[in-house]
Amino acid sequence: MTFLGLEAEMLARIQFAFTVSFHFIFPAFSIGTASYVAVLNAIWLWKRDPAYLKLFEYWKTIFAVTFAMGVVSGIVMSYQFGTNWSAFSDKAGPVVGPLMSYEVLTAFFLEAGFLGIALFGRKRVGDTAHMVAVAMVAIGTLISATWITSANSWMHTPAGFSIDPNGVFVPEDWWQIVFNPSFPYRMTHTVLAAFLTTAFAVGSVGAWHLLKDRENRQARIMFSMAMWMAAIVTPIQIFVGDLHGLSTLEHQPAKIAAMEGHFDTYEDGAPLILFGIPDDAAETTHYAVEVPKLGSMILKHEWDGEIKGLKEWPRDQRPPALMPFITFRVMVGIGFLMLGTGLWSLWARWKRTLYETRWLHRAALIMGPSGFVAVLAGWYTTEVGRQPWTVYGHLRTADSLSPVSAPAVGASLLTFIVVYFIVFGTGVYYLLKLMRRPPTPLEDHELDLGPIRTAGITPGPSQDHPLGGHHGH
Amino acid sequence: MDIELSFIWAGIIAFAVLAYVVLDGFDLGIGIVFPFFRHRRDRDVMTNTIAPVWDGNETWLVLGGGGLMAVFPLAYAIILPALYMPIILMLVSLIFRGVAFEFRWRTHHESHLWDFGFWIGSSVAAVMQGIALGALVQGITVSNRQYAGGWWDWLTPFSILTGIAVLVGYALLGVTWLNLKTSGDIQARSAKLARPLSLLLLALIGIVSLWTPFINGRYFERWFGWPTAFFSSFVPLLLALCAFALWHGLTHDKHLQPFLAALGLFVLSFVGLGVSFYPYMIPGVLTIKDAAAPESSLKFLLVGAAVLVPIILAYTGYAYWVFRGKIDPDEGYH
Ligand code: HDD
Ligand code: HEM
Ligand code: HEM
Repeated sequence: MTFLGLEAEMLARIQFAFTVSFHFIFPAFSIGTASYVAVLNAIWLWKRDPAYLKLFEYWKTIFAVTFAMGVVSGIVMSYQFGTNWSAFSDKAGPVVGPLMSYEVLTAFFLEAGFLGIALFGRKRVGDTAHMVAVAMVAIGTLISATWITSANSWMHTPAGFSIDPNGVFVPEDWWQIVFNPSFPYRMTHTVLAAFLTTAFAVGSVGAWHLLKDRENRQARIMFSMAMWMAAIVTPIQIFVGDLHGLSTLEHQPAKIAAMEGHFDTYEDGAPLILFGIPDDAAETTHYAVEVPKLGSMILKHEWDGEIKGLKEWPRDQRPPALMPFITFRVMVGIGFLMLGTGLWSLWARWKRTLYETRWLHRAALIMGPSGFVAVLAGWYTTEVGRQPWTVYGHLRTADSLSPVSAPAVGASLLTFIVVYFIVFGTGVYYLLKLMRRPPTPLEDHELDLGPIRTAGITPGPSQDHPLGGHHGH
Repeated sequence: MDIELSFIWAGIIAFAVLAYVVLDGFDLGIGIVFPFFRHRRDRDVMTNTIAPVWDGNETWLVLGGGGLMAVFPLAYAIILPALYMPIILMLVSLIFRGVAFEFRWRTHHESHLWDFGFWIGSSVAAVMQGIALGALVQGITVSNRQYAGGWWDWLTPFSILTGIAVLVGYALLGVTWLNLKTSGDIQARSAKLARPLSLLLLALIGIVSLWTPFINGRYFERWFGWPTAFFSSFVPLLLALCAFALWHGLTHDKHLQPFLAALGLFVLSFVGLGVSFYPYMIPGVLTIKDAAAPESSLKFLLVGAAVLVPIILAYTGYAYWVFRGKIDPDEGYH
């Protein structure tokens, strides 16, 4: 049975890719903002400079909206393994399941348990306990990223297991499972990616408000903080990305061949293909623009290193090349644009024109969404490059599927598409609206104004006002 | 050793599911009774009673699902495809009601739309959870470690009945929670609403309980055969006690008692289910032992659960304590 001409397997893959892409957009931002608001709150407590409290309040609301969307889209993910990938769950559940359950026990409860206090509880618990709550939320998001990337990395570089007669993966050594070969790289690279995503989003908001009002102190602070992150973290990210690639070359060489667009094996020095169109059927990359031997230099750190091409693997064990090839270039390209922005900001800072250079502000404004694009591009490289396996080398995607029919998967896919675009589309619109508010509330923050009891004014409902409707208008 | 671990885990998963049902139950219940409270301001107060805790409540659902995959992967792999449609509809509904908490504060013009989303999301999620439960009680067709039934097997008169029962039950939890957390008009109206809901729920529990033993001979044996009948008869007795406490609390203007009694009804119904199911995970098809993951998985996660669940309960309790007492309608959380 098919649905719109597609088999259940293809539909389930599209559904997974669609829902996880939407989901990850929110963690990519909330992991970073959670830490950012924690830092803002800490600086406020330390320096008692109200500018930082205002910034905390400003970003806190944005964080709360992002977080809510991350939570609901995440719950869909954790059930999707059962609904669409039940054969995967049956077989790999004993390994992947405990990792994800540890994520629930150590991270999700922590985030959720302290979120209420972090958002609404400052007055009730006092500054210190409130700071602890804010920190707990931030730490929770990082713990979460650690477990889930461990689970995901195990699917790329499985270790520490045996396989029983039913095809079930039996855990043998949990240390090897958790710290599987690609985990350290993937975890670091993903968390840094979340920080960079946030840095560029924050920088973009700061730049927007600087373009409108150069003197706005809060806008200056957020812009400056974001540019420090960009300048410091981007080089580290590129370095880690390189290590990540070397690890992939060792464990998943077919993925590297796909990313590089190499079909033939180069025994004495592979070129670096800058652009081109890989064609799986014809087993060649059309219109390739290449730099001789540079590919080997990057991957093997020697000019004549041997690099395997996709033809080394039987056709049914190769990943499709086009998607990883393109997405990898998108990610790396953005990485270098980020580096450029960071360096430019250092230059402007040194020249003492950080808050005056309009072109820098415009560039930072445009770079706002770059992190989200890079992060998705990176995941598409990784995940499509793992095909045709779900557990690399051991369990095929085709054998991971639930016994569900194409119309069922197709109908649910359409439902998700409609609902996600409506709900998360609106959510993103609200986020942009929140970011458009100037970070300078005229009235003051929640500590000066107790709960409003002004006669005759019902607490206004909407959040058009910077610090929330309950202060009245 | 193997056997014991899987039974301990069955207990933990059951606890997570129960915790989810009672905690998110009152959250969803507040959404379900939204139509009875038309004023914007009332709805603000109602959502504010749960705003600080709903996310934590829902996390028990993630533990129930994720935990099932970890320690009973076979049960997870069979049950979820079997309940495909109800699960997807529940997830989509939970999206609507989850984002409504934040979204309704972000707009003037569309806030009633998100209130509608909050209502429909809460209601459909509740019905789907009830339907999923009913379908599981009725049994699932399995062959060769996989679900082998059809796409619509879950939809039966019995599962619709359990769907309605859960909807009513959550509504009752919601209004008794409001009765506890609010004052003035909202409280008075909640208490008033609680009475018909209580009667309805008790009637539904009665019908479901009488129907269940006839679905499957094993349930009948469990409830009416000797000597199990001696022990299982405690459940209806305690249920009657809770029903009395609920009614007494409502008619004597008690604030905490009706909520606790309503929780009691849920706990006992859940225990009743346990009596019917034991020792199966999927009635008649898959036992707890057969569904269990390899021992190394059970052990690895149990170490963490033993340490972490008490800690989680402690800080969750702390969060509830911080926001304890009647809500001040003027203290906006947003
Ligand atoms: C690197 C980070 C990362 C990645 C790859 C994923 N997630 Fe996620 N997830 C988070 C980082 C995160 C987070 C930062 O912890 C979130 C995001 C926003 C939030 O509310 O918590 C979250 C929320 C979140 C929730 C809601 C938690 C709650 O109730 O509070 C669930 C159930 C999942 N996720 C499940 C998944 C699954 C099954 C994934 C794999 C396909 C996944 N996430 C990928
Ligand atoms: C959050 C970032 C992630 C993104 C953007 C992402 C993206 C994708 C994409 C695009 C596919 C489809 C590949 C294809 O069909 O060609 C896929 C497949 C898959 N991913 Fe991920 N993924 C992410 C994280 C994870 C994690 C954390 C896990 C597990 C713990 C995971 C498990 C899977 C599984 C089981 C599939 C199988 C379905 C398939 O192969 O199509 N993914 N993912
Ligand atoms: C410019 C230098 C960069 C290099 C050399 C690089 C390298 C890589 C490689 C090789 C992979 C695939 C790993 C695999 O699965 O085999 C990857 C994945 C990924 N990249 Fe990058 N990357 C760079 C920049 C960035 C930037 C700037 C971001 C985001 C802000 C980013 C985000 C990601 C993410 C989210 C993934 C998927 C998860 C993972 O496998 O770690 N990368 N990167």
